[in-house]
Amino acid sequence: MTSFLTLLARNRLALAGGIVLSLVVLLALLTPVLPLADPDVTNTSNRFQPIFSDGAVLGTDHLGRDLLSRLMWGTRLSLAVGFAAAIVAATIGAGIGIVAGYYGGRIDNIIMRGVDMLMAFPYILLALAIVAALGPGLFNALIAVSAVNVPFFARNIRGITVGIAHKEFVDAARLAGLSNTRIILSEILPNVIPVIVIAMSTTIGWMILETAGLSFLGLGSQPPQADLGSMLGEARSALIANPHTSIVPGVMILIIVMSINLLGDGVRDALDPRLKSGALSRPMAATRVDRAEQPPAPTDQGLLEVKALETQFHIKDRIYRAVGGVDLSVEKGECLGIIGESGSGKSVTALSFMGLVASPPGVITGGAAYYEGEDLIGAPYKRLRDMRGRNVSYIFQDPLATLHPLYRVGDQLIEAIRAHRPIGREEGRAKAVELLNAVRIPNAEKRISDYPHEMSGGMRQRVGIAMALANDPDIIIADEPTTALDVTVQAQVLTILDDLRRSRGLAIVFITHDFGVVAQLCDRVAVMYAGRVVETGGTGDILDAPRHPYTARLMACVPELGGGKRRLEAIPGLPPVVDNLPAGCAFADRCDRAQDACRSGDIALAQTGNHAVRCLYPVAQEEIA
Amino acid sequence: MTGYILKRLLSAIPVLFGITVIVFLIMALIPGDPATAILGSYATPENVAKLNRDLGLDKPLVQQYFIWLGNMLQGDFGTSFALNRPVIDEVLERFNGTLVLAGTAFVLCSVLGVVAGVISAANQYGLADKAITFVVLLGISIPSFFLGMMMILFFAVNLRWFPVSGMWPIYGDRTFSVLLTHLAMPAFALAVVATGVVARLSRSAMLEVLRQDFIRTARAKGVHERGVIWRHALKAAMVSIIPVLGIQAGFVLSGAVYIEIVFQWPGVGRMLVDAILKRDILLVQGGVVFVAACYVLFNIMVDVAQSLLDPRIKT
Repeated sequence: MTSFLTLLARNRLALAGGIVLSLVVLLALLTPVLPLADPDVTNTSNRFQPIFSDGAVLGTDHLGRDLLSRLMWGTRLSLAVGFAAAIVAATIGAGIGIVAGYYGGRIDNIIMRGVDMLMAFPYILLALAIVAALGPGLFNALIAVSAVNVPFFARNIRGITVGIAHKEFVDAARLAGLSNTRIILSEILPNVIPVIVIAMSTTIGWMILETAGLSFLGLGSQPPQADLGSMLGEARSALIANPHTSIVPGVMILIIVMSINLLGDGVRDALDPRLKSGALSRPMAATRVDRAEQPPAPTDQGLLEVKALETQFHIKDRIYRAVGGVDLSVEKGECLGIIGESGSGKSVTALSFMGLVASPPGVITGGAAYYEGEDLIGAPYKRLRDMRGRNVSYIFQDPLATLHPLYRVGDQLIEAIRAHRPIGREEGRAKAVELLNAVRIPNAEKRISDYPHEMSGGMRQRVGIAMALANDPDIIIADEPTTALDVTVQAQVLTILDDLRRSRGLAIVFITHDFGVVAQLCDRVAVMYAGRVVETGGTGDILDAPRHPYTARLMACVPELGGGKRRLEAIPGLPPVVDNLPAGCAFADRCDRAQDACRSGDIALAQTGNHAVRCLYPVAQEEIA
Repeated sequence: MTGYILKRLLSAIPVLFGITVIVFLIMALIPGDPATAILGSYATPENVAKLNRDLGLDKPLVQQYFIWLGNMLQGDFGTSFALNRPVIDEVLERFNGTLVLAGTAFVLCSVLGVVAGVISAANQYGLADKAITFVVLLGISIPSFFLGMMMILFFAVNLRWFPVSGMWPIYGDRTFSVLLTHLAMPAFALAVVATGVVARLSRSAMLEVLRQDFIRTARAKGVHERGVIWRHALKAAMVSIIPVLGIQAGFVLSGAVYIEIVFQWPGVGRMLVDAILKRDILLVQGGVVFVAACYVLFNIMVDVAQSLLDPRIKT
């Protein structure tokens, strides 16, 4: 509750709304004791006095009544009716929603049918019909406005209740023999109250507007009693000659509703957990780059050379060092594997090259990625966009989520081409078919007009590969492209990639957590742990003789077909959280070889031949055998 | 597709049926004797009895309902007492005016709302976002009738850009451009609130979509940011925007009542308010059922549009 209030107070607009609303409510409450003129006493000799005239600060209306006094009493009435309507609608609506959601089945069905029926009306029309039946009058207007808002609450609360009614604690209460009424009151209600509050705070403004509307039409409060709506309605005939009589109540409605809406938005934001986590911020077109130091110069190793790359996630006051200084390189026609557990920073590394790390919260804080000597980190968006897909393209993990669900796959392929060069309709189609053929999709002519959801996982991933090939790139970055696929399909996809690499001289950066895949496809491997490369070398060398204890343990996790003699060993513990990395080796806490020296200072990547390892006490050759 | 449309039309039948039941029940709530309510408390008992008979009010409620429903199905909505003409003629004539007004406002709120929402989302926390958010907040907080009155004061009386009220000038030609000058202010005043609602929802729908993986794919392909926002993200966001447009259509259609009064626009809403004040029950019933039925049909069109956009919806 306190955290909710602090969140609310931090939102300056909501705070302002809250203050204004409190002032208005306070004034409305104090109205009877304030020294105001009688709002209903007419004085026709004194009509239409302008604002700031003697004895009437806001002037007088068409019957010579004091506008300030009428405004205060009207505000009081409008607020009272609006709040009352909101409470009535929320109580009845929530009651209906809880009953429907809790009991489910037939009861739910019948109730929700009725609610849907009511929602089929344009709702001011329904309010009009109700007032037509009950007759004009403020109380009837209140009934009408509450009634048309009941379905909204019922539907909202029902949805939440259905979710809660099947939770364990409700089952437990039921098993404990509590009655349904007890369960609803003690288990369900406390959990839906925040939702009711959110729904009320977002609709109360509406209800005040709607009651004002009915009064404006002459269907709400009846003379001489006046709420803000009927004040406006009465003033309308004098709008042109004496606009102040309209402006005064109109502005008051605006102030009330606007402050309620500001406060309501603040309440909603403070109670909505998704907003708390910042999950709703939109990633920019390219990752933000904020490098403190000049990046190291290229050393002309390979087509793509990554130097001391650092990428962080800034979430609230915390900094997660997802990538903490990674060096990599890949040659033309070469396949480099990056392997590691989930959260080791391998995907973030690969996405950083082309500025595809979601930002916010991602920030590239250091290092460089040289493509043919040109630094991609910090390249202007225009240049980056031009190179994306044309020089460096990506294949992502889950093709159902990564292909656009509403475009045909053929159009998505053509678009990939068109992003880089103009292409005619026919030519584009032909090229799309050619691309699908290249990844061995049978019946490509027909398949180009499929939507992604009409294809199997393997087919979709082939489309993903075809899309990556569309502009004959030099480098393909494949981010766990086979993880979501079953084993036979995985093998087919790997074969396609391997063939393409050989026939087109592609460089591939292949990200995976699967040593089997590495063995099949990659020339070299980099093993990542907690955002750093801990071991790198030729695939054969590393598979035969892993030197970093982490690599060795990781390989021991892989079951061997037909082997069966070796015990499968899980690595004890969890990878460290990257917002609080220990000094020294990040793996030390999980390592059985760790010494005191492992826990202090930076441990460098020690090179022996083509094999490099970041470890003070690497596993010796003999130990493995 | 035809099958889907037919299916949706069939499913509308129970809804339409339900609407007539609700309207009928609401009218049955009328306290006391409707005939007395219509004729006034000084009417002679004979006249009251005759009117009750004419209205069929001496029969049981269920029977009354089916007579009323049967007549309506044959296009007979009864006769308005106050106007002394068939309800259906009056409703159809007035509905034209409402359709022009609400239709224009609906197009305005859809286009302006979606565009504002997209710009807002694309510049989240930026200047444009803040400006749009503020204007939207103002828009959804201002009563449309007050806004309409202020527009009359400013644009019609002070600046003389637009005529003060009405759909057509009393004298002169009924040309399209004349209609437009009369339509501009009321349509805008009617559209403002709905525009605000659509803009808010479009913004959050866009923010939701922009975090999806397929947006990253589009960027990785090298699609220009404009294309990412206006094609990839907007198309996906439309899936959740379209249903809200459907709801706003209902809001615009019924909210027209205030605007019709303020701008003296000849429409169903104004007719209904007059009918309510004169207790012209059959006209109210007929008008409400007719407008609600049109709204149900419009929502079917919305569903069809949705299924055209989203191939994952089974048609």
